[in-house]
Amino acid sequence: MSFENRSYSNNQRNSGDAKKARPARTLTITVLVTAIFFGVSAAIGATSINLGLDLRGGTSVTLQPRLETGQEGQVTAEAIDQAVAIIRQRVNSLGVAEAEVAAEGAGTNRQIVISVPGETGRRVVDLVGQTAELRFRQVLLDASAVPSVDDDKLLEGSQLTAEQIATFKALDCTKPESTLGSGGDDANSLIFTCDREGSSRFILAPAQVVGRDIKGATAALDQQNASGWFVSLDFTGDGAKKFGDLTQSVVDLPSPQNQVAIVLDGVVVSAPRINEAILGGSAQITGSFSQIEAQDLANVLKYGSLPLAFDRGEVQQVSPTLGNDQLVAGLIAGALGLLLVVLYSLLYYRALGSVVIGSLLLAGLHVLLICLLLGKWVGFTLTLAGIAGMIVAIGITADSFIVYFERIRDEMRDGKPLRVAAETGWQRARRTIIVADLVSVISAVVLYIVSVGSVRGFAFTLGLTTAVDLIVIFFFTKPLVSLLAKLKFFQSGAAWSGVSPRSVGIATTSNAGKVA
Amino acid sequence: MKFTGLGGRLYRGETSINIIGARKKWYALSGVFIILSIFALTVQGLHLGIEFKGGSAFTVTTISGTVEEARSVVASTGYTGNSIVQTIGNDKIRIQTGVLEPAQSNAIQDALAAKFGVSVESIDTQNVGPSWGEEISKKAFQGLIAFLICIMIYLALTFEPKMAVAAIVAVIHDVFITVGIYALVGFEVTPSTVIGFLTILGYSLYDTVVVFDKVRENTRSITSTGKSTYAQATNLAVNQTLVRSMNTSLIALLPVAAILFVGAGLLGAGTLKDLALALFIGLIAGTYSSIFIAAPILANLREREPAIKALNQRVAARQGGSVVVEHSRKNRKKRRK
Repeated sequence: MSFENRSYSNNQRNSGDAKKARPARTLTITVLVTAIFFGVSAAIGATSINLGLDLRGGTSVTLQPRLETGQEGQVTAEAIDQAVAIIRQRVNSLGVAEAEVAAEGAGTNRQIVISVPGETGRRVVDLVGQTAELRFRQVLLDASAVPSVDDDKLLEGSQLTAEQIATFKALDCTKPESTLGSGGDDANSLIFTCDREGSSRFILAPAQVVGRDIKGATAALDQQNASGWFVSLDFTGDGAKKFGDLTQSVVDLPSPQNQVAIVLDGVVVSAPRINEAILGGSAQITGSFSQIEAQDLANVLKYGSLPLAFDRGEVQQVSPTLGNDQLVAGLIAGALGLLLVVLYSLLYYRALGSVVIGSLLLAGLHVLLICLLLGKWVGFTLTLAGIAGMIVAIGITADSFIVYFERIRDEMRDGKPLRVAAETGWQRARRTIIVADLVSVISAVVLYIVSVGSVRGFAFTLGLTTAVDLIVIFFFTKPLVSLLAKLKFFQSGAAWSGVSPRSVGIATTSNAGKVA
Repeated sequence: MKFTGLGGRLYRGETSINIIGARKKWYALSGVFIILSIFALTVQGLHLGIEFKGGSAFTVTTISGTVEEARSVVASTGYTGNSIVQTIGNDKIRIQTGVLEPAQSNAIQDALAAKFGVSVESIDTQNVGPSWGEEISKKAFQGLIAFLICIMIYLALTFEPKMAVAAIVAVIHDVFITVGIYALVGFEVTPSTVIGFLTILGYSLYDTVVVFDKVRENTRSITSTGKSTYAQATNLAVNQTLVRSMNTSLIALLPVAAILFVGAGLLGAGTLKDLALALFIGLIAGTYSSIFIAAPILANLREREPAIKALNQRVAARQGGSVVVEHSRKNRKKRRK
């Protein structure tokens, strides 16, 4: 075929061009760069891989935000952000090291994933699943942040039970967990709580107005009276009535009972005094607000108006024993998979199989390196599905080598000597490998974007390993084959070389002699 | 090795397996499989794991405990719904129930811990809400569609639009057959299975890409040389990549088999086994479809083009009225020139 002949002579010229390919140099640089990166990662302290909860035991809860039944409107991205912040505070109140709260997915379709290592399963599950709702409660009593001798005087004549008094006396707002919110505030009963700053203790009445009664809230600067930032608040029709009743009933009471506390997730955000009965459904909260404070309060009021409930999508409690079993199983599967691929490569490609082994080892080192660095920088954790992704990728990585080797054999069947075939075969295989690997990467990226939890781990390592495969085959496998092709052992088509006339399926290797 | 010798003969066309010529057979075979799959799906449906329908699963490590004991423990907590109790390996009992409230779940944990003398924390528990499955199914489906669109665009740009169509048909074929086998055999479908399914898409395409790359090379100047029909050129390409396809598929199957073996053998149920099983079945379907479905469909699509039709007629006239793929020796001579 004339076409074949033309490309053959072209390629031969290319391969004779010494400036273009310097396999030995490329190879040395690749190995050196890998070694340097390992040095760097050791130097910055990235020496261990973070293991996921399924590999070391712990509890993970995936929450699906949804609106309370009977609620109008939509789940907004801001509402989810606020929910994540609330849940993070709740989880932090547990005081467990390494607890994590993250939103996964995009926009309003996000899930909140809470991971807590160790054995606190039940508390976590109870804590995170409750609805965080904004509530307005009349202040019955406010007191100093810590229990004091004045408490008895303050409580004198109150109708609290002995138990309630004890609860109040035990409350210490200087403790961090007191101001983090527990979501445990029952709308229909008295609560004992702190403000966000931890500066005072409150006893608050049952909630009379709730978040869903609010229509909207904005922060604005009072330019007429130059009295600074304030927050204006609009109620729904029903809310206006309830808020009117509440303000009317408290406005003439002595302080602090003429204050109405705004409570989010059981913690007082603000407790403004009511100056007059507000019957028109729109109120202003003034005070010496900074711009940020005013906007914060407006946000709390606005997004708190949409109480998100959480469906416990999935709760997984993995004991440390099972975690360890899964880790061991993953490692055994990986070792076994690698061993099988290595054996097959050696059996089929004989000495060329050593190139496969070398390339797989280098790819493995690169993946390890990236996991170490990502673990250090972005808190990447390896899960069982992630390990599975890597093992599956062993096969896909090895596939690239096969595509290349088979191309070399094809070229030899066309009568080219090994040294030439290694180059022309590469030019053809390169394209196939790039396209095929890109298809794999695209599938991994799509999987990663649309998935949650363990699926993400799988997609991530699969995509990562495929990308590493491209680097390895370009900067290691190809140069290595170019170098080996110059060796007499391979050129002469020795029986165990993997490119002997018999394994390739051609009559003689007389061509090889000519080129060498 | 005999296999390698075969590779050489296939490459030169000395041995030619008439895959494209017999395409109607493959279509019929796959048609039967797909009808069987649809039948199995509608009659039996998929056996969905608790992640999809909601429910709880408890795994207790106990050497002496029995399935009957576990069942009575669950009943003693007042749970009256369905439960499936089974042993895993030789020291674990797994209890699967319907959707539970957190309090019920805690009660069962406590009762199991008391009965089998283990700590509550050592019981592996999974609670899945009833709407969770809907959410992940929706996501998996979105993923599937997004993936198919991305790949279609990518392949249409890199190869030819018709290759993209043929590749996608082959992928859909693979998913159908794999899902069908799941319905037929009654394997449990979990989120890990779904990841497996989605990964198959990527791999099946990888395989098809390797074959199509060769097809494109062989048919690039086919209308100007006019020496073989499109089907013949495609068939040669398929034959030339046959050994490669077998090899890549086999080597991709080896690690998957390792995961399946270890996952099923050591852990019993879970991520590893579910993932590997879906991949194992899908990889085999994927290899089959790149050779026997994707390439023939491509030939069919291209043969409808006027230029290819004209070519086929010309070649048919030259080859003595027969368009049967019988070009092996001629091809060899061409190469030797």
